[in-house]
Amino acid sequence: MASFRYAVSVMPKEGILDPQGRAVELSLPHLHVAGVHAVRVGRRVELTVDASDEASARDTVEGLAGELFANPLIESWTVELVAAASSTAGAGAAAGVAPGAR
Amino acid sequence: MKVGVVVFPGSNCDRDALHAARLAGADAELLWHETPDLHGSDAVVLPGGFAYGDYLRAGVLARFSPIMAAVRDHARRGGLVLGICNGFQVLAEAGLLPGALLRNASLRFEHRWVRVSVERPDTPFTRGMPAGTELRMPVAHGEGCYYLPDAPLAELEAARQVVFRYAPPEGNPNGSVHDIAGIVDVTGRVCGLMPHPERASERLLGSDDGLLLLRSLVESAAATAVGAAR
Repeated sequence: MASFRYAVSVMPKEGILDPQGRAVELSLPHLHVAGVHAVRVGRRVELTVDASDEASARDTVEGLAGELFANPLIESWTVELVAAASSTAGAGAAAGVAPGAR
Repeated sequence: MKVGVVVFPGSNCDRDALHAARLAGADAELLWHETPDLHGSDAVVLPGGFAYGDYLRAGVLARFSPIMAAVRDHARRGGLVLGICNGFQVLAEAGLLPGALLRNASLRFEHRWVRVSVERPDTPFTRGMPAGTELRMPVAHGEGCYYLPDAPLAELEAARQVVFRYAPPEGNPNGSVHDIAGIVDVTGRVCGLMPHPERASERLLGSDDGLLLLRSLVESAAATAVGAAR
């Protein structure tokens, strides 16, 4: 078993009104900032998944992203692996590597 | 005739809905969201509020409450379901109604009196309201901007699933496409709307137009009596 930490970034889809992004953009003149535009605000969800391998961990995260973290009608998402740790560190990794390494 | 009013953690219009359902002539009972069945309710109301604090997205976490399986089952059997405000958001997130409720275009929480016109007199929620009837009810929401992409929106309109539309002079408070204030599913038995009929159920509150809607629900449920047949 290993642990995989993911970051899921959820953003409003292109063309969907994003009042949060608009509000941020409207505040920029108060900061005397010019030349910044197309501000979009989304959310980031981080989570750790215990699984036998990265593929099955990613399946779980993709499932959660489409079902819970994002509403596919209005939001898109990307999944990024940010860390991985094997619970049986040395032995597990060695056993995993050996057959493929001839 | 019994109306079940679902209580999620964070619901805050549940007691108002209970009171208004009784005014409309129903027996009514509060149903905690962890209850796995509807206690023989003939109609179910998902009330307004902030279920699960609106965390993640309004309505999405409530969708996984145990009672939602029973609500889904009830709808599948042709039982009546009414989602008010946050209840509408829950039904949309649960896929029981099409579309999504986005943040208001105004960037503000909108709480004020609006007017909706009845687009369809032939639903269980609009008995005795000729098309064009106007109902005065309050809205109070931060995420009430109804959205559906163009193609499914055209289908929704063609199937006459739009039941209530914001009307002048107050007009559309949140930027909803096609001024949509309330819709039904394809069966016509599941309805969601952003305005609060229960907050307009007595003259003392400024309007009793909402009581017409709740009476219609109660009379329609009595006519089909899904719960009684169980």
